Amino acid sequence: MKKPESVIIELAPRFEVGAKSALQNTQLRRNMGKATQTIRGKRASVVDELSDWESLRVAGQHIKDDVLQHLDTYLVQLEDAITRAGGHVHWAKDAHEANEIVTRLIHATGSKEIIKVKSLTTDEIRLNEALELAGITAIETDLAELIIQLAHEKSSHILVPAIHKNRSEIRALFQKSMNLPDLTDEPTELAAAARQFLREKFMSVRVATSGANFAIAETGSVCVVESEGNGRMCLTMPEVLISVMGIEKILPRWQDLGVFMQLLPRSSTGERMNPYTSIWTGVHANDGPQEFHLVLLDNGRSDVLADAVGRQTLHCIRCSACINVCPVYERTGGHAYGSVYPGPIGAILTPQLVGTAHADSLPYASSLCGACYDVCPVRINIPEVLVHLRGKVVAEKQTQPQSWFDGENLGMKAMAATFAHRSTYELAQHAGQLAQWPFVQEGYIEHGPGLLGKWTAMRDFPAIPPQSFRDWWRERQRDE
Amino acid sequence: MQVALFITCFNDTLFPNTGKAVVSIVERLGHQVIFPEEQTCCGQMHFNTGYQAEAMPLIRRFVEIFSQYEAIVSPSASCVGMVRDMYRFAAEVHQDTKLANEVALLSERVYEFSEFIVNRLGIQDVGAYYPHRVTYHPTCHSLRGIKVGDAPEQLLRAVRGIDYVPMTQSNECCGFGGTFAVKNADTSMAMLGDKIRHILDTRAEVCVAADNSCLMHIGGALHRQRSGVRIAHLAEILAAQE
Amino acid sequence: MLAKIRTAINTGDRGDFHEAHTSATYITNDDGNIAVRIELFAHRVAEYKAWVGRCTTEGIAQAIAERLTIRGKKRMVIPVDLPAGWLPAGIEFVRDTQLDRTVIAGMDGVLSGAALGIAQTGTIVLDGGAYQGRRMISLLPDYHLCIIRAQDIVGVVPEAFALLATTMQIPMQPYTFISGPSATSDIELNRVEGVHGPRTLDVFIVE
Repeated sequence: MKKPESVIIELAPRFEVGAKSALQNTQLRRNMGKATQTIRGKRASVVDELSDWESLRVAGQHIKDDVLQHLDTYLVQLEDAITRAGGHVHWAKDAHEANEIVTRLIHATGSKEIIKVKSLTTDEIRLNEALELAGITAIETDLAELIIQLAHEKSSHILVPAIHKNRSEIRALFQKSMNLPDLTDEPTELAAAARQFLREKFMSVRVATSGANFAIAETGSVCVVESEGNGRMCLTMPEVLISVMGIEKILPRWQDLGVFMQLLPRSSTGERMNPYTSIWTGVHANDGPQEFHLVLLDNGRSDVLADAVGRQTLHCIRCSACINVCPVYERTGGHAYGSVYPGPIGAILTPQLVGTAHADSLPYASSLCGACYDVCPVRINIPEVLVHLRGKVVAEKQTQPQSWFDGENLGMKAMAATFAHRSTYELAQHAGQLAQWPFVQEGYIEHGPGLLGKWTAMRDFPAIPPQSFRDWWRERQRDE
Repeated sequence: MQVALFITCFNDTLFPNTGKAVVSIVERLGHQVIFPEEQTCCGQMHFNTGYQAEAMPLIRRFVEIFSQYEAIVSPSASCVGMVRDMYRFAAEVHQDTKLANEVALLSERVYEFSEFIVNRLGIQDVGAYYPHRVTYHPTCHSLRGIKVGDAPEQLLRAVRGIDYVPMTQSNECCGFGGTFAVKNADTSMAMLGDKIRHILDTRAEVCVAADNSCLMHIGGALHRQRSGVRIAHLAEILAAQE
Repeated sequence: MLAKIRTAINTGDRGDFHEAHTSATYITNDDGNIAVRIELFAHRVAEYKAWVGRCTTEGIAQAIAERLTIRGKKRMVIPVDLPAGWLPAGIEFVRDTQLDRTVIAGMDGVLSGAALGIAQTGTIVLDGGAYQGRRMISLLPDYHLCIIRAQDIVGVVPEAFALLATTMQIPMQPYTFISGPSATSDIELNRVEGVHGPRTLDVFIVE
């Protein structure tokens, strides 16, 4: 059984348990409902503008298929191109190695403080914690990430991480940590306070870390997509830049950006184009950082790659369109998934990165409604991967002796055996018609026995009619 | 035309009236219904819950039983989806090219009930009369899975006497999702709560859908809450006459 | 690490069941009317709450003068190669001869050209080439006045990348794509413009 190298899931409860408590938080549900609904609407409207949207999705899927099919070649090509452009490439097989590399690089600069552009990948490897242990302070520069960091909390939403904080809470936070006693709670003032506070850092801090949305193998370019401008700041102002990127984020050719820079902004924030996108290669004389490092991260991705069905998960460009459209996520929020990656993509990526045995409830955190697949810009068939992972979870469980006594396992096996022959199937039907008798009231069962009880705890169950369809059919045939 | 009826295990057992309705409509339209008695279950519940090894015999059995028929019709979009989409996947995963080929051929002849009437037979008006206020829930399998489009609504709108009221946010999942309804009951009920609200907003007497599985879930709550709103499979509405 | 990746590629190969790769069918070119394209660009840029104006090649200096007066800007940083002919009298223009960052931050604004524009998305692309300078000068000041030639505006996104490929240096120069001023919606979902980077963007399309 594979042990997770990075602890994406830290002793998270099963999804159903996390969901139960989240569902009771009606305030959060309201906020989440409003946020996701707004973004859904924006996405739909900008997608409708493009007559070639479906062609773009197919192109995105095929480009990513190509990437995965030749990942080794493209990674080597990328490394060569970046090295020729004066940058350095490091290979990290897991979170531990990645953190060690980044820490070492920062130590070499003598800097005790770094500025960060928001990066899910650095959250995945828990870079901030590793740096803190090494005596390095990492300052988040995305407004929401800054709020979360100052409050010593965890993100509650991949897109709007501080959604659970209202303006007066944010004001109190800024008043205290930025020493601004006269601050009001107007959003414009709060944003201005953040701008001022961070500006100081942008002007003075010598080292920055970032993630990467894409890297182009052909040219060695790295691309960061953002809204607030803090990305441009971190990528331009410091002397040293360290970017951490999952190996699957690579694209083969420069022209592929023509596809992905249409797919990503429209799918994520529902805009035709996000405010700022920066693309750079290695170092460039007299412009920006003069020392650049790219850390390529595996951390379980090659395991995902090895799975014929699961590898499509690596198409993901982290747009969050699936998250915004998921009816489960909308109601349970992100924490119930116990991972840096929530929602539909989280339900398939997390179990594959850490091993299904460590995340066995996640593949079931879905009604398989398919809304995610509809909106995925790179056509990841999420329902298919979910079913595939459920198969792995069950197969793993069945190798253990406890499965001999597991109600669900026994029930499923019994049912399959019963349905395998007409005679046993019809026998079961008739048995059911008889056995239900004590539980039926006016055509419904309101308190069912055994497994049926789980259903009737919440809703009524229809009584089994006295004559099955096939018995009616046979009678009709006889009478003709 | 000879139409082989794929009744599905839960319609056979719990909703025989849906099957009867399908038979009466197909015959009313001048075609012959055949019922291959050996059929039991398509294996969807097992397969989608992860019991894929257990589902394989059921899958092979289905293919064997139905391969000989020129048209197979089922009043269950989810089961049709299982056959048309997941059977291919199951064959791929088991590296069974023979099964994959058989499935590919068979899939072209398997129809969900409403798409059979509208797309294959080219008929929207089946001569039904149902003077009631009705709303329609497009199930995930019919909408996004096998993509029947607006075939069900076309059929409903052609019913004489009907007062058809579309639902808001109708494309949202009702929360059934097979075993999801039990394994993640709390989330399932939260989703159902919103669906019920949208149904009640239409003031409809009946909520109709192309899948009795979702209707069982929706109806179970409508009845538990004593709402007075009934559920009915699309076929049962279309079978109603004066 | 590469060895593991190679093994994984082979293990996960779907063999016979590979989906056939068809050629790209998405739109790569906008063959439409140029005037319509320019109009669309102006419209889309303005939608991001940037100001858009038009002027002729001869009228650039005049246009800049008017705009900067309206905005009340007195000291502007400019790229070293910005043409003198663009610069009106009465306003101080400081060429970026590797100025110190605090000096740049202290300027009222930056005046620059642009590499190209994308009509479909209202995007301006800077590539550090002619009249653009290094990235810092269009980032630190609070105001950016950008001069873009109508002939440098393409219709759709793929065209932009194709065009940039023709002027790409090896190693590649850095690019910045700008689509409106910066924005965030992180405080109770209220959209707030201008967090970092120039909060005011004015654009002149030169015809």
